[in-house]
Amino acid sequence: MKKVIEGSMAVAEAVKVCRPHVISAYPITPQTHIVENLSQFVADGDLKSQFVNVESEFGAASVILGASATGARAYSTTTSQGLLLMTEVLFNIAGLRFPVVITCTNRAVSAPINIWNDQQDVMTIRDSGWILLFAEDNQEAADMHLQAFKIGEHPEIMLPVMVNMDGFILTHAFEPIEFIDQKMADEFLPPYKPELYLTTKNPLTFGILAEPDWYMETRYRLQKAIEASSDMIEEVADQFKKTFGRYQGGLVEKYRLDGAETVIVSMGSVVGTIKEVADELRDKGKKVGVLKIRAFRPFPKEAIYDALKNVKNVIVMEKAISLGATGILYDEIKAALYGKPSQPKISGFIAGLGGRDIPKESIMKVIEKGEAGISDNVFVDLKENLIGGK
Amino acid sequence: MAKNEVTIEKKEKEEIVESLLTPGHKACTGCGLALAARTVMNTAGKDIIVTAATGCLEVFSTSYPHSAWKMPWIHSLFENSAAVAAGIEVALKALGREKEAKIIAQGGDGATADIGIGCLSGMFERGHNILYVCYDNEAYMNTGVQRSGLTPFEAWTSTSPSGKVSWGNPTEKKNMPAIAAAHGIPYVATASVAYLKDLEKKVKKALEIVGPKYLQIHAPCPLGWAHEPYDTIKVAKLAVQTGLIPIYEMENGVITSVRKITKKAPVEEYLKLQGRFKHLFKKPGFEKELERIQAMADATIKKFNLM
Repeated sequence: MKKVIEGSMAVAEAVKVCRPHVISAYPITPQTHIVENLSQFVADGDLKSQFVNVESEFGAASVILGASATGARAYSTTTSQGLLLMTEVLFNIAGLRFPVVITCTNRAVSAPINIWNDQQDVMTIRDSGWILLFAEDNQEAADMHLQAFKIGEHPEIMLPVMVNMDGFILTHAFEPIEFIDQKMADEFLPPYKPELYLTTKNPLTFGILAEPDWYMETRYRLQKAIEASSDMIEEVADQFKKTFGRYQGGLVEKYRLDGAETVIVSMGSVVGTIKEVADELRDKGKKVGVLKIRAFRPFPKEAIYDALKNVKNVIVMEKAISLGATGILYDEIKAALYGKPSQPKISGFIAGLGGRDIPKESIMKVIEKGEAGISDNVFVDLKENLIGGK
Repeated sequence: MAKNEVTIEKKEKEEIVESLLTPGHKACTGCGLALAARTVMNTAGKDIIVTAATGCLEVFSTSYPHSAWKMPWIHSLFENSAAVAAGIEVALKALGREKEAKIIAQGGDGATADIGIGCLSGMFERGHNILYVCYDNEAYMNTGVQRSGLTPFEAWTSTSPSGKVSWGNPTEKKNMPAIAAAHGIPYVATASVAYLKDLEKKVKKALEIVGPKYLQIHAPCPLGWAHEPYDTIKVAKLAVQTGLIPIYEMENGVITSVRKITKKAPVEEYLKLQGRFKHLFKKPGFEKELERIQAMADATIKKFNLM
């Protein structure tokens, strides 16, 4: 059954059917509607979770860490400054191999303070060992939560998963959403039964000190686990389709790539606009396609090369930058193609920072530039009068 | 070999086998913290789940591939021992396992009074059924004796050194028990490794009370305080007998018991045993500083009615 609901409600409904034992969060715009909805479910008795209101995002991440260590399914959600405040715990959760799920309602990072969307926040934790998934629309965001728990909790993976959805653009947008049936959800996502957890029946020590003789191998195994999650992400997407009949792609989604000469690579909600542009250009006979990155970690370099190897112009458009270097996705796309037999031309564009709108005309211009030559690290739609220009 | 000697040896062995802190850990000789932690755990018994903050305790007892602990234990970070414990408590509830274990969260003075005070305050305020134990050795010992919020007045630490224009740490100990009590939690107590029976009693009592509990244990650190390892108990006792460290219980915000000073010792006697105070006996004008510290001890004695 489809209903027109807000993105945050769609996520809350999806989290509900995952039956998390523990939810802990701290309010921050634009994440608030998700936690408000979840706390209402708990208050109404529709969701039997322990809901812990904490003193900070640092506390929220620590509470779900402790809950997961005890064998519970645990969830939190945050964004921007909240994610930065969680950072130390996020690295710790991955190192301890606790498969919690966090929704990040992507938002710009201060200063200047800005509550609107870009994806700079999540990029700061890309090296933390979390599986990072990006949703294009609210149906995908909702469905991704069931997939996230299933991927992370697999005994061979045991990793935390972050579902990224663009703040406001998705969280506050009303779209028709297919509600997830609890029975089907239970069938798809069985109860979490970890092999090792804190219990007096088998007293174990978690969070040990690893000296130089031991540390490196734990990081190697973390790397192997996150690499192994690539197959799991694909497999779980297929399983999801079998149960629910919907498929949004695994690691990447290929859109109109057949014979494409120009491909725009991006993540998140802007992909929807880019697809529209591609459709319009295809109608005019131009061979334009879109490669949507659903999983940024593990980084699907084989799938990316496979999708881009016969393309002339690759255009990476992203809502984040590694200041002092370059666009992060741009950099990684280049690295994925480095040394390969086929070498498309790759351009990088930074767009939509701090909630700046990305209209179709801007995407058209980006495509023109990317086809004309190589654009390196170009900021889209800068206001010249604000940067000392004319 | 006399018959009774065999019996003692056997009894000691049994105690070691039963202890939740097993031999072979890497704590320094005379470590007050190891003694305090062992006493807390053994008093609580094996049906516990414990968290630990980063610090000496986790470093000396859980270096991979060894662990000295026989109960479930988790160390996450420096500042989140109380929050991780809160997560464990709600998880046990959600999983219907709340009868399985009592929860003890632990931290040193830095983890408790400084970096972790936010998480601790949250745990208190939300009313989790957790005993939080602060092992107070009055500085960041694991990183090499830096000043914490619980470092006493005019103590030398590596970041509050004495010098030509300094008498050491310029501030008094942060009153953590009062901060804990201000949350309206049902039980707050101080203890010392000098009085282990008293400590045992308080751990037992705390674990019978539902809700958040705070226990702060004064635990000398021979390395950081620069006293002889065999003087740990002597130093701890003098801290109490001078009045500098009051031992008391607060139930629902009211002081319900104090450990009376049986034989008052001048602060000099306590300070002289420790290298961290040696500048107080050397620099010109030291008598005045000693008088100030004596006045602080006397004020504490009066405040808590210790004599």
